[in-house]
Amino acid sequence: MLCTFVDPDTRLGAFYPVSFVQYLEGRKYVVQTIFVVVALLFAARLFYIQVLDGSYKLAADRNSLQRIVQVPYRGLIFDRNGKLIVQNTPVYDLMVVPREIKQLDTVRLCELLQMPVEEFRLALTAAKTYSRVKASPLIQNLSTPELAAIQDNLIDFPGFSIRAHMARSYKTENLAHALGYVGAITPKLLESPKYAKYIAGDNLGITGLESFYEKTLMGRRGVQYRMVNVRGIEKGAFRDGEYDTLSVAGLDLHTSIDSELQQYGEMLMAQKRGSIVALDPKTGEILAFVSAPNFEPARLSGKGMGNRYMDLLNNPERPLFNRPLMATYPPGSVFKLVNELVALQMGVVTPYTSFPCNQRLVKCTHRHEPPTNVGIAIKQSCNPYFYQVMRTAIMRGRSSNPKEDARLGLAEWRRQVMSFGLGQQLGVDLGSERKGSIPSPELYDKMYGRHGWNFRTIYSLSIGQGEIGITGLQMANIMAIIANRGYYYTPHFVRGIGQGGPLPEYRERHYTNIDPQHFDAIIPGMQAVVEGRGGTGNLASLAQFGISVAGKTGTVQNAHGPDHATFAAFAPAEDPQIAIAVFIENAGFGGTSAAPMASLMIEKYLRRKVERTQWETWLEGDASKFIRKR
Amino acid sequence: MSSSPARYSRSLDWVTIGIYALMVGLGWLNVYAASYSPDAPLGFAGQSFQELMANNWFKQIIWIGTAVVLMVILVVVDYKAYDTFAYVFYAVVVLLLLVTLFIARPIAGSRSWLELGPVRLQPAEFAKFATALAVSRFMAGINLRHQNWRDQAVLAGMTLLPPLLIIASNETGQALVFGAFLLAYFREGMSPLILIVLAAAGVILILALLIPKLWLIGGITLILGGVFLVNSRVMRHHLPLALSVWAVVVGMVFGVDFFFNQVLQPHQRKRIEVLINPSADPLGVGWNVTQSKIAIGSGGLMGKGFLEGTQTKFDFVPEQSTDFIFCTVGEEWGWMGSIVVIILFMALLMRLVYVAERQKSVFGRTYGYCVASIFFFHFAVNVGMTIGLAPVVGIPLPLFSYGGSSLWSFTILLFIMLAIDAYRKQDLVR
Repeated sequence: MLCTFVDPDTRLGAFYPVSFVQYLEGRKYVVQTIFVVVALLFAARLFYIQVLDGSYKLAADRNSLQRIVQVPYRGLIFDRNGKLIVQNTPVYDLMVVPREIKQLDTVRLCELLQMPVEEFRLALTAAKTYSRVKASPLIQNLSTPELAAIQDNLIDFPGFSIRAHMARSYKTENLAHALGYVGAITPKLLESPKYAKYIAGDNLGITGLESFYEKTLMGRRGVQYRMVNVRGIEKGAFRDGEYDTLSVAGLDLHTSIDSELQQYGEMLMAQKRGSIVALDPKTGEILAFVSAPNFEPARLSGKGMGNRYMDLLNNPERPLFNRPLMATYPPGSVFKLVNELVALQMGVVTPYTSFPCNQRLVKCTHRHEPPTNVGIAIKQSCNPYFYQVMRTAIMRGRSSNPKEDARLGLAEWRRQVMSFGLGQQLGVDLGSERKGSIPSPELYDKMYGRHGWNFRTIYSLSIGQGEIGITGLQMANIMAIIANRGYYYTPHFVRGIGQGGPLPEYRERHYTNIDPQHFDAIIPGMQAVVEGRGGTGNLASLAQFGISVAGKTGTVQNAHGPDHATFAAFAPAEDPQIAIAVFIENAGFGGTSAAPMASLMIEKYLRRKVERTQWETWLEGDASKFIRKR
Repeated sequence: MSSSPARYSRSLDWVTIGIYALMVGLGWLNVYAASYSPDAPLGFAGQSFQELMANNWFKQIIWIGTAVVLMVILVVVDYKAYDTFAYVFYAVVVLLLLVTLFIARPIAGSRSWLELGPVRLQPAEFAKFATALAVSRFMAGINLRHQNWRDQAVLAGMTLLPPLLIIASNETGQALVFGAFLLAYFREGMSPLILIVLAAAGVILILALLIPKLWLIGGITLILGGVFLVNSRVMRHHLPLALSVWAVVVGMVFGVDFFFNQVLQPHQRKRIEVLINPSADPLGVGWNVTQSKIAIGSGGLMGKGFLEGTQTKFDFVPEQSTDFIFCTVGEEWGWMGSIVVIILFMALLMRLVYVAERQKSVFGRTYGYCVASIFFFHFAVNVGMTIGLAPVVGIPLPLFSYGGSSLWSFTILLFIMLAIDAYRKQDLVR
């Protein structure tokens, strides 16, 4: 029952010595207490959510503050002669704000865009689904004729607008392996704290210089805080832009690449597999960086990039493989130079040490005059001579046990060889550089057991075969070391960042353990390789131009097919300006293909033009020859 | 009008009028802030009447103006008329509610608005004062000392008829307001048991949502059993009573469950669920509650400043100038502003209790308590829902929320009380 009144006569009198009217008046305090309790409850709750709990303030800011990131203009990339090779070009999207569309002449717009009406309707529906009040792209990456057609008539189509943004474009068809590419950031990278400043959809350098110099190229992003209402419509700057920052354009990269030399190198390597690396030994600057097969850098930019990337990735020739940095091969005979230098430094041989061309130790590829000094040995690439050089260097008699002696000797040899930057990353300004491998005694212990091996086990090292791997870049660097007579600068692509110079680590000389005079002992031999009668690298001679080339051929035995051909050289011998290493897979004897190719590169670089075009034709023929063989 | 205007004016309760004026004034400021948009600076200059009429803050000026006229009429009319014509007002309002039910166009799902040309009125708002007058009149005529089942049934019927019609028009929030009459009846002698049972039902409803039903029953049994055992020396004489209390509570658990799942409509159920878990309906009612709490919670101690509330000016809180006006107070004036509003309401309520208690007639006193209770119910539920302590019930914050019907309704409620109070000395005990 709604109103069960208390009967005053029976109950109340016993408890309350007051009249019923007075008792009921007392209930006003109950009512007032209810009011006050609710008020206090509210005051406390409000104090909690307004003053104590800060999360609501953050939530309000999240609601109404929109952070607009202004992506700065990405830095440009130039070659060593100031030629622009990578730039930004605007890409245009047709944007639409569905709510602002008025009296749309769909047919006419579709005619201008040369687009089926049905397709247009679908795109418009998608845009409406996204938002009726916010701009969204209706058609992305308009072609130039499409842009021209629509731009002048845009005034007739309220609600439609053109948005420009920047994409990478290339003024070169070469150097893709060094340049790398720019693409949208992946969800995985977004999670890493290193990329905290990026948001989904941002572009960044994925590989190559674009990736290594990402921070430099990207510049500083600008941030603007805008107030937005519940529908996401802008309502002006937050606190008059007090917290906004302006974007700062990225710095340009001035690379050491000689575009013409690069282009020439890629042309020479067309239809072949392998690499060419050319360095300026005086600075460590990379002049050319050829990886074959190659691809055009523009293939990894703009519309359809994803599909083209997959095509390259699935290509059996593996054009994405960065051979100069990532392919490690046994260096072959070129490595005899290093072994000789190590032995000279150890003092176990002299330039005039004579060893017989003893075919019982190791086969020599051809018959030749007796190697009575190191010059002849290098010129003829005499295998038994360098076998004996290495044995002298390894077997020092430091232990009566010949096996222990080999271990001690190899450890000492390795320490010396490593000082050439081998078996470790050189530190070039590209990612994913392979270390290569210089075998240690522990490696052979693992293979054969401790004291389970002796010099006869490892003798292939003496001719650059066996358990040894070096990259094309390291090979070129060996030439730079010999050209400099004992030191090198870390090979690098970028000689200038913005208005400044290269990174400081690229101005530092790295000395080998070899004293300068020992280089003087081998350089004449290297010159004789090219110019001496019967030298293995005679095809590389530029004597007709008065340029003396010092080089060394190599023919690398290969378990998987025909030998690889190498040739490493520097020139001019008396004042080296270029150090080069050519590596052609499965091309046979180093002297026939790699040597002429290296000499053409040197001719191109030093003389800016090539007159010995007959060698280009020769190389083409050579190419067809080995391609058929393969 | 036997006395001079000056004497009459002196006998008016100016304290209440002062609080009323303050609340309406502050209310308008907040309606202005809620309808303010940074794009279109406010002001009268260069705008036509039609353009101005598109703004809630401008229309509220008109509503306030008419309310002033209304209050003058209300205090000038002979106070006896309210007593005499109480039943007539009641009959008219019931008729209006019935008519509305049949001719009203549905607006946002409710058929509760009468349209008279450009003006829209909600008869439910006026049912409050008419019912308050009628039940007070009836209360004055019955003898409290003698229980009379027939009188009580009539009183219950009078109280329930308007809210039932209002529920039929799908305006449940306004109907719940009539529950406030229980406070006034309590003051006039109603058993406190009814209030206690209702409060218990509310607590059980919330507990039933938080805890599985069987656990709840088990828990209640344990607690009651514990109380019984601890006081067993006294209690053992009242075992049947204790058992029936237990049975009633368990019955309530099932009743509440039935009420929640079978009686309540899905959207009403949602509103209660959201109270416990705002993410239950993040884009529906939960959105209102979440955004409202963000608005108030982001105000801090001193608030963001007048017209500086981002939640307010960027429309994050729906129904900002009407039911959720307290968000604007909380966001732009902070905790200090909220406390000022709470203190104003407390002052008004305490003053109303004081004024009611000084009435010599049961009619005047009952009416005074009715007015206080209705104001309190609106205040408690409205502020409670904006800070997530009460379910979202669409009722305005008295004198603050935008809206003509609501402002008029509360003005009428209050100024009839003032008119009755002004003549209390002439009205000998009836």
